[in-house]
Amino acid sequence: MAVTPDAELVARCREGDAEAWHELVDRFSRYVFAIVGQGYGLRGDDAEDVFQEVFSRVFERLDTLRSDDAVRPWIAQLARRCAVDRLRSASRELPVEDVPEERYEETIALLDEAMAVREALAELTPECAEILDRFFARDESYRTIGEALDLPAGTIASRISRCLAKLRERLEGRNRSSDPSSVRVT
Amino acid sequence: MTRYDEERIAGLLRALPAVPQGWVQAAQELPLARYELDSIVERAARDAAFRDALLADLEAALRAEGVEPSTPVVAHLRRRLEQ
Repeated sequence: MAVTPDAELVARCREGDAEAWHELVDRFSRYVFAIVGQGYGLRGDDAEDVFQEVFSRVFERLDTLRSDDAVRPWIAQLARRCAVDRLRSASRELPVEDVPEERYEETIALLDEAMAVREALAELTPECAEILDRFFARDESYRTIGEALDLPAGTIASRISRCLAKLRERLEGRNRSSDPSSVRVT
Repeated sequence: MTRYDEERIAGLLRALPAVPQGWVQAAQELPLARYELDSIVERAARDAAFRDALLADLEAALRAEGVEPSTPVVAHLRRRLEQ
């Protein structure tokens, strides 16, 4: 399945395309959620407020983005600022150096890699993408997945394994094509 | 070249858990609300009493105008009124 490049999606959002905005929120919602939760430990209402604040700023400031290709790091920065603001306002005594910046860098590196995995996931069949998402990201049981997808629970494990193998092939194929050492000179 | 074993891929899939659906929907509806907010902001610029009422209780004022006061909508309106 072809995935719209980030830059194209941003350009369409800037033109007021509501469908593109839907897709942009869909694409980056987990990323923002994970930065706020895993990077800064925000939960519940705090996490929701920061999540909404981030998308509100993205929407308002899309015109200020210098390079449409750089939307992901830009969103990460907005999420970081909003989370830090929330932490500081929640605890006026929190010194600047106590804001977990080191953890942020580690989290971003991990989440960027996780986003690459999700991009590869979107290229699989919708059935494979859904079963892997339900099992790993939604933490659903074989039984729940079986009921939702109308599949015998006994076949779920083998399907997950097959889809995971396909995802791995896809990821390693991407890696080979982006690895300069894999280019043959004839 | 990065090697991906299945355990690593599984860990990376788990690193981006699903977001509560209501959160995503509220963020997606922001552009729709914006059109309605434009007229509210314009009216607030013309009518000082309306502006005061709005600032006193943004959520109630939005409801009175038929706009669902979700967190991003309230935040967006507050910033526009402060500009």
